[in-house]
Amino acid sequence: MFKSMSALFLKDIKSELRTRYSINSLAMFIIVTISVILFSVGNEKLTPFMAGGMFWVIVFFTAMSGLSRAFVSEEERGTTMTLQLIANPDTILGGKMLYNMVLIFSMNIVTFLLYTAVFDSFIIKNPDIFFLVFSLGNIGMAVSSTIIAAIISKAGSKGTLYPVLSFPILLPLMLMLIDLTKLCMDGTTFADTQIEIFFLLCYDVLMMTASFLLFDFIWKD
Amino acid sequence: MDKIHYSLQLQDVTKIYSRRTIFKNINAGFHSNGIYGIAGSNGTGKSTLVKAIANIISPTSGKVHHQKNNVMIEEQHLHNEVGFLSPYFVFYEEFSAEENIDIFLKIRGIEKNSGLIDTLFDRLVLNKRRGDAVKTYSSGMKQRLKLIFALSHTPSLLILDEPTSNLDDAGKEQFYGIIKEYADKSVILVASNEKNDLALCSSVLNLEEYK
Repeated sequence: MFKSMSALFLKDIKSELRTRYSINSLAMFIIVTISVILFSVGNEKLTPFMAGGMFWVIVFFTAMSGLSRAFVSEEERGTTMTLQLIANPDTILGGKMLYNMVLIFSMNIVTFLLYTAVFDSFIIKNPDIFFLVFSLGNIGMAVSSTIIAAIISKAGSKGTLYPVLSFPILLPLMLMLIDLTKLCMDGTTFADTQIEIFFLLCYDVLMMTASFLLFDFIWKD
Repeated sequence: MDKIHYSLQLQDVTKIYSRRTIFKNINAGFHSNGIYGIAGSNGTGKSTLVKAIANIISPTSGKVHHQKNNVMIEEQHLHNEVGFLSPYFVFYEEFSAEENIDIFLKIRGIEKNSGLIDTLFDRLVLNKRRGDAVKTYSSGMKQRLKLIFALSHTPSLLILDEPTSNLDDAGKEQFYGIIKEYADKSVILVASNEKNDLALCSSVLNLEEYK
């Protein structure tokens, strides 16, 4: 099954490179958002906690603008039935999740680098823990966004529904990520953050399990 | 190689959209290789029925049983047993015809039978254009490519929904020739209103009787 998933993942990457469906708009979104924040802050200095929170706000809205494409583009192009004919639902969900994970990791690394370069107050004192938090956060966001994208792809007003449906599902994740980022900026040790990290891991596992259990019902009419 | 025996059984299959009954209590069996027809005027649910058979949609009630060599096929594996040609099927237009077929086979996890694919491209007169993006194809060429897609993984059940739409006379004859050849190897369902399409079938299920 993993071979089929990676074939679907490679199809999506190849398709993205040819059509530039998401990459260009995501890159523009990241640059514009960071620029707007930079100009609106002006000469004021952001507190470390605000800088950490703002980072995840950018990540959230970037995810909202890009991750739904995995399923929405298939629905808009009429290729949903094509996928139904060539693979079982688990393969499709797995392939799309893999694609969204790579997409979100790439764009968040770019966001992180730009953000760190632009905002002096965004200093991570404990990079090891932040890397773990960043990775688990990205996985959680990719998993949740993928299943929400599958749900909304068949609805009429996809653009509005996606952030509305995502907000309550991603809120606990965002709160944990903001909190953990603050701790990483304070230089807290692993022992002091392990409970939050454990909850983050639980969120990822829970969302992934629920997604695979529910997808079959979403996917078939 | 032993001959594959495919069997398809429809048991009280009913489909209702909102409050409208498309068809109800269809009981039918297709137990030996050959060509079978599904007929009915527009809106009687031919496409809906074949989608339910291919496991793309679920019937409101009733069951569709697929068996291969007397062993029940699980839903998870059904997609590799079914070849499907439909007017609603869409290719990835940014890829070439050959890339589309290759990608589909890789996702299916099936090794490419280059000999078969080459023969099909050749017989359906697409060989010279197989490297071109699908978006440059005419509707007739896309229809031919759909048949290659449906046969590329040598399915045991071939479902052809309006197989000859968009085809010229020569294209129709090529299709009929290929369909007749496969009748010996698989169960073929043809959903159509075209007299010539239904003339290929040994028996026809008329959906007007299941309203």
